[in-house]
Amino acid sequence: MIVAERKPMAEIIEMVKDCKKVLVLACRGCVTVCSAGGEREAEILASLLRLGMRKEGKTVEVTIGSLVRQCDREYIDEIDQWKGQYDAVVSTACGVGVNFISNLRKDTMVYPALNTTFFGGSAKQGEWTEQCAGCGNCILHLTGGLCPVARCAKSLMNGPCGGSVDGKCEIDKNVECVWQSIHDRLGSFNRSAQMEVIAPIRDWSTAGHGGPRKTVRDDLTV
Amino acid sequence: MSFDPAITLFSCHYTSQQSCAEEGKELAQLGFPSSISLVRVPCTGKLQVTTLLKAFEDGADGVYVVGCPVDGCHNVKGSARAAKRVAAVRAALEELGVEGERIAMYHLPRGLHPEFVEKGKEMDSRIRDLGPSPFVLA
Repeated sequence: MIVAERKPMAEIIEMVKDCKKVLVLACRGCVTVCSAGGEREAEILASLLRLGMRKEGKTVEVTIGSLVRQCDREYIDEIDQWKGQYDAVVSTACGVGVNFISNLRKDTMVYPALNTTFFGGSAKQGEWTEQCAGCGNCILHLTGGLCPVARCAKSLMNGPCGGSVDGKCEIDKNVECVWQSIHDRLGSFNRSAQMEVIAPIRDWSTAGHGGPRKTVRDDLTV
Repeated sequence: MSFDPAITLFSCHYTSQQSCAEEGKELAQLGFPSSISLVRVPCTGKLQVTTLLKAFEDGADGVYVVGCPVDGCHNVKGSARAAKRVAAVRAALEELGVEGERIAMYHLPRGLHPEFVEKGKEMDSRIRDLGPSPFVLA
């Protein structure tokens, strides 16, 4: 899922300080699962906005809404149901949602309530970790299913580096060295020899270094 | 600053059961502050962050939660969950530049123990010292 976390309230309040009516718009996609921008978090944000504005001696009328997702046109169109009820939208979606509203709603000012952080998963309640960098050129079949692009601090293709000590990364003793994990996992499948194959210089053009990426499926376009 | 605070107490059914006997008359006789409005909930673990924030929106100068002892919760982890949510609201208040002490969590044994009254007095005194809620518009 896309993982995100709420921005500091001071930052959000500064965005809407001149608004009289705000639509806090939740997303029922990834950010609901990572407890950053679903309906519950939108209610909390609405309450904090009202309180924060009151503290500044202002009042703001906050409407709470939610969309199935904020990354598809058909759902964005549903914003029409709150027409006239807001001066600005505060989206609790990831950055994709904010961009989509901006792209598709020319007359709607939209502000981000979240900082979008990474693609990750939750192995422990209340904790999310980065697992994928969306680099566009997956090599997981060569690394035992563990991603060095996302999980190695240097995104090394031929690790580990000299900073790997007792299975931990030199940046933080609480961070696993993913190359140690790759070594151990390949070994458990009798594939340690894979560690000795030198990975070629990587082409990062698929990782966004060649500009914004786009996928087109001709079989799905109409 | 002298003022009459409005304090909202969310207490679990078990902790407050005897405190509410005789419509709270015994509690009042023991000196429980009249500034405190008691809201009983089946379990403090049921309390959401929004419930606690709404109390402030509704004009509370202070809010506190009384639940079972951490290692003796009737619903196993209810009061521990409540403590986490109280901590989340405290952090949010501080983010808004408001004293985090306006919200507190207490873990108390069941029944009408002196601690129930003491903590009420403690909260009343603290909120009187802090003054009116900055969330109440003039």
